[in-house]
Amino acid sequence: MNVSDPILELENISLSFGAVHALADVSFSIYPGEVLAIIGPNGAGKTTMLNVINGVYHPSEGKINYKGQARARMRPHQTAVQGIARTFQNVALFKGMNTVDNIMTGRNLKMNTNILLQALYWGPAQREEAVHREAVEKVIDFLEIEAVRKTVVGRLPFGLQKRVELGRALAAEPEILLLDEPMAGMNLEEKEDMCRFVLDVNEEFGTTIVLIEHDMSVVMDISDRVVVLDYGRKISEGTPDEVRGDQRVIDAYLGVAH
Amino acid sequence: MPEELAWFLEVLIAGLLSGVMYSLVALGFVLIFKASGVFNFAQGAMVLFAALTFARFLEMGINFWFAAAITLFIMVVLAVIIERVMLRPLVAQPVIILFMATIGLNYFLEGLAQGVWDTQVHALDLGIEDVPWQSVMDATNILISLFDVWAAVICGALVVMLAYFFQKGRIGRALRAVADDNQAAMSVGIPLQLIWAIVWAAAGLVALVAGALWGQRLGVQFSISLVALKALPVLILGGFNSIAGAIIGGLIIGAAEKLAEVYLGPIIGGGIEAWFAYLIAMLFLMVRPQGLFGEKIIERV
Repeated sequence: MNVSDPILELENISLSFGAVHALADVSFSIYPGEVLAIIGPNGAGKTTMLNVINGVYHPSEGKINYKGQARARMRPHQTAVQGIARTFQNVALFKGMNTVDNIMTGRNLKMNTNILLQALYWGPAQREEAVHREAVEKVIDFLEIEAVRKTVVGRLPFGLQKRVELGRALAAEPEILLLDEPMAGMNLEEKEDMCRFVLDVNEEFGTTIVLIEHDMSVVMDISDRVVVLDYGRKISEGTPDEVRGDQRVIDAYLGVAH
Repeated sequence: MPEELAWFLEVLIAGLLSGVMYSLVALGFVLIFKASGVFNFAQGAMVLFAALTFARFLEMGINFWFAAAITLFIMVVLAVIIERVMLRPLVAQPVIILFMATIGLNYFLEGLAQGVWDTQVHALDLGIEDVPWQSVMDATNILISLFDVWAAVICGALVVMLAYFFQKGRIGRALRAVADDNQAAMSVGIPLQLIWAIVWAAAGLVALVAGALWGQRLGVQFSISLVALKALPVLILGGFNSIAGAIIGGLIIGAAEKLAEVYLGPIIGGGIEAWFAYLIAMLFLMVRPQGLFGEKIIERV
């Protein structure tokens, strides 16, 4: 897997909020086509790391290279243009809109008829809408959510909301998919479904996946590599087996006797 | 036609026509509410600002269309400045913070408008005469003001245009997405800042047209900013986030207050027109707080 060049390199990333060092000198690379898990105890800086990759936060020190190019300071909608899509820890769907419309927003960047045609909703704009609608239906089939196509997502149970949110991210056909605790708050069956979808996305579309997860059995099952953060520092990196046997990781999770 | 019926129709039509103008003002609120979940307290001040600027340009002897174009340009620039200076730093803040910011903006714009120009009453002539529609008058004996008809046509056209622009396809969806969740909207590549600037510019256009039409009626002066208050009952009736609601709500409020004035006025005393709309709104709030067409409020417990 690691023979190719990294798609995204994080070099010596540091980020502080006031006196709190959320990230301190963290470096790792993300390789195309892999499933990379970021794990660590609560407050380790996992979501912060995801937000740095996504452009929500800008590191106070360090460099980000995307496809070998140094990346400038970016806003989230610019990283989206570059092919990075994400889901959120607490589900950030457009609650008043139905499933289809939510996933359609994911196609936003793929649409390119100009604003005037859009405004008139005429000719090319209408055809374009139909084309993208088709892509959305494929995502809906893929995630097996046909039954709730027209349901306002605010009414859906949490597990399904997470699935719709994954659908919205997938609709953008991203190169890198960031998943912030995709299985949190799910029952066993829902977790198994979600695992299957994540692996299918990775295999069928070759999408690079970076995920944060607390459920260790899930992490060990589906990831190719694992990065472990603790108090904003990287304490370990490797295959699930390597990380599992690392004494620093065991100490971080279980505490050290003083 | 019996005289009674003709009189009823005359009142109803006058009400509906003025209702179209309420719809337009309400639409200015709806656009911003849809895109940011914020009730824009400064909409009235924007109406004053646009009308006063337009009136003063005309007084300088500038050609009508050119004056309209410069005023519109100023409103667009104003929208961009508001986005830059006020909205951008407040991204992801609670809605109440943004609302407070629009209150500040309201007083700032009122002061700016009257500081740059002045506080006198200015006449504004759009070249539309306020005379009865003669052929209708002759045929049916119903008196309809031609100015009202023209105003309604202009407002109606603008309302339809904006409704279309903001409801269909990608832009409509982007708008609703931005309103629902800023962070998530940015994550799917919707440029929040651009959407906000577009929406505020559209609200500026609405303010200009509303200000010009009401300006000819009432004279351009401070009190013109109070027409925004008439939009409140319209919004409550129609729903704060519904364009269709703003249109229907405006018509209902316009017709209801004129009919109440004429038919209830003699019984319970005149001046009903000033408060009847608010009474309807209040009663309506108890029955259907989300308005006729508003998105249903979903709360998971």
